[in-house]
Amino acid sequence: MRNIAAALAALIAAAGLAACGSSSSSDTSSSKATSSSSSGSTGQVIQSNPANKKVTVTIGSKNFTEEFILGNIYAQALKAAGYNVKTQLNLGSEQIALKALKSGQIDAYPEYTGTALTSFFKVKTTSIPTDPAKAYNQAKADFAQQGLTALPPTPFTDSNAVAVTQATAKKLGVKNISDLKSKASTITLAGTPECRQRQDCLLGLQQVYGLKFKSFTPVDPSLRHEVLQKGQADASIVFTTDGQIKANKEVLLNDDKNIFPPYNITLVVNDKVLQKAGPDFAKTIALVQKGMTTPVLQELNSRVDLDKQKPAAVATEYLKESGYTK
Amino acid sequence: MGPGGTRMIVAAFDFGDAIDFILNGRESVTGGVRIGGSELLPQLWRHLELTGAAVGIACAVALPLALWLGHLRKGQFAVASIANVGRAVPSLALIGFAVAYIGLGFPNALLALTLLAIPPIFVNAYVGIAQVEPDIVDAARGQGMTEPGIVRRVELPLAVPLVFGGIRTSVVNVIATATIAPLIGVVTLGDAIVSPQVYGDAGQLGAAICVALLAIAAEVTLALIQMLVTPKGLKLSSTRRRGFPFMSMRRVEVS
Amino acid sequence: MSWLTLFAQVQIHHRASDCESNNGFCPDWIIKNFGDRYVDPFFRHLELVVISVLVGFVIAFALGIVAHRRRWLVGPVVGITGVLYTIPSVAAFLLLVPITGFGLLTAVIALSSYTLLIIFRNVVAGLAAAPAEARDAALGMGLTDSQVLWRVEVPLALPEIFAGVRIATTTTVGLAALAFFANAGGLGGLIFGDLVFKSNVVVAGGLCIVMAFVLDGLLLFAQRLSTPWVRAARA
Repeated sequence: MRNIAAALAALIAAAGLAACGSSSSSDTSSSKATSSSSSGSTGQVIQSNPANKKVTVTIGSKNFTEEFILGNIYAQALKAAGYNVKTQLNLGSEQIALKALKSGQIDAYPEYTGTALTSFFKVKTTSIPTDPAKAYNQAKADFAQQGLTALPPTPFTDSNAVAVTQATAKKLGVKNISDLKSKASTITLAGTPECRQRQDCLLGLQQVYGLKFKSFTPVDPSLRHEVLQKGQADASIVFTTDGQIKANKEVLLNDDKNIFPPYNITLVVNDKVLQKAGPDFAKTIALVQKGMTTPVLQELNSRVDLDKQKPAAVATEYLKESGYTK
Repeated sequence: MGPGGTRMIVAAFDFGDAIDFILNGRESVTGGVRIGGSELLPQLWRHLELTGAAVGIACAVALPLALWLGHLRKGQFAVASIANVGRAVPSLALIGFAVAYIGLGFPNALLALTLLAIPPIFVNAYVGIAQVEPDIVDAARGQGMTEPGIVRRVELPLAVPLVFGGIRTSVVNVIATATIAPLIGVVTLGDAIVSPQVYGDAGQLGAAICVALLAIAAEVTLALIQMLVTPKGLKLSSTRRRGFPFMSMRRVEVS
Repeated sequence: MSWLTLFAQVQIHHRASDCESNNGFCPDWIIKNFGDRYVDPFFRHLELVVISVLVGFVIAFALGIVAHRRRWLVGPVVGITGVLYTIPSVAAFLLLVPITGFGLLTAVIALSSYTLLIIFRNVVAGLAAAPAEARDAALGMGLTDSQVLWRVEVPLALPEIFAGVRIATTTTVGLAALAFFANAGGLGGLIFGDLVFKSNVVVAGGLCIVMAFVLDGLLLFAQRLSTPWVRAARA
């Protein structure tokens, strides 16, 4: 009896392992429908319009993973719609990207609503609307004054968040950031160097939540999750679409006092180019954005940051798996 | 006035803004905190701390070894290889190496920078000692000097220009690399360079100016110290190889 | 439209904890991705180095020839090139950007200005070290000053000049890694892009070292070719 139970248990365990031990490889067949994704998009294949062939658009992007992926997605989607697409990904910071856009070096690039407001339009981080739609509308109005159109934003927002390991969350018994109030003096916090001086980052935690951390360690952006894994910091300020959150089973504390403004992506396009490109441009962009929810972006970021795939390949996978391209 | 002219005027404004950032404080681009002006002082101090400690430790480690090996004139191929690798390894890779394999914070940054500082000091000191004329060394031996005595009283004084050249090179390299130390947990003058969103263009440029001035100041200081330390004989005479005076103040490097 | 696309969704992978996601040193990944990721930046880096050293050499050599006959120039030139040499490359790139913008030009200007001091100093020292007897003999044979320079002094100075170029080249390989601050590409952008991934840092840094050794070796070979009398004298 015991032997049969053991054999059964082993069988079930093996089946379970086989089911979820799939791969971190990239050659997944795209026609598998999966139940583990929470994106609610229904695929709708992009139709190629031959009239678009005579329009050339240059898509740019800033120089980090999420921007690379998005730039590639937009570029490949527009190509599928029949446009003649050139890319200039890896421009640099947002200041460089905006200069390139205004000078005509590129025709469009994806920008975060929050970043646009603070870096371009001199809005203090505490004045950014906490409602994503309001933030987008404000950015859109500001861009319009510069001859640029900010297309409707993505569903996902890539904002800051305070992350801890599961073990730490259990040990401290915290769920919201404000729960840290009494424990902050024993906690070391890590974040990017500029986090130290931003009100939508460390300053906000200090001023609005009243948290006095034991210490703050500035680190290169690629290290923000590693420090939690290695125990070099108790908490780390991460981005909500980082792939490592799921992979490392990190716990994001709830921002109950709303100091982290929304950062949705909007594709900022040169007005003239948008006009010349016709209605297909905005339609295509809106279509491929439907599937861009936070879990999906986490997955795409994981494929680049954790599986070390190339952003262009991941973009192709996104379009295929979501059913936008064949 | 063509586009070049307007470029120059814009550049002048940029530099003016950067100087203003250095001299006076201002509010950060994202708001809520003061940057520039006196806020730069702790960063400057950190920068100096890191540099001084790294070069100091590198000297303590590399000089004795270099003097000893150079005196024995052993290990030339190894020295040449160290020289090449030391020059070719990008400082960024060293920081990346520190990050990937060692860790964060002041002690680990110090370790990485010390490793960076060692090759120029070691190689230059070695060559400085090794290239002293064998005749002179023999003469000293003939006079009955001990080996350490020869190093201390004959070879080392003659090697001063090269030894200092190595130290000066290391100091500048470490100052340069300490600029990106904020990425591994030590906030130096490079904070504005790695956080452009907070500091803005003026802050980035201002920090670059500060780092450049710091390097030049360090170089000048060391050159003066070198002049004080160089034996009078070397200062006055033309060296046989170079053929013109005042070589002691020049930065001399191994070739 | 097949029913499958109606339910098309991005597949969330279950990730095993493997070499890449732990940011380790993964030979398989390196072999698979080397051609894709590292080859183009390598050649871009090489391009930067070669152009910068060439430009620096042309300027420094010209200055050296001029200063050889007008000794009073040596001090000022060493002073100016010394200042350029001292300015850390990161700072240099950022200082140039307001004037020359982002891109190859800025990077080349900054990188070549580093080579000036080293090469100039070696050119002057090499020319000065030509034995007076050789010059006298040449003048005695009826050569003009300019012929003495180009046919006697410069060839005798070649070892020293080559030494300077070699140092300049290996140094530039290391410095060019920071060229991405001026948006000029190269291996530095790769390192910075994933600072924590051991495979990445080791490969990109290693390629720099390889480049330096190869270039140094080529220059040494060129030096041996151009100064056959040195070997003959030894033999």
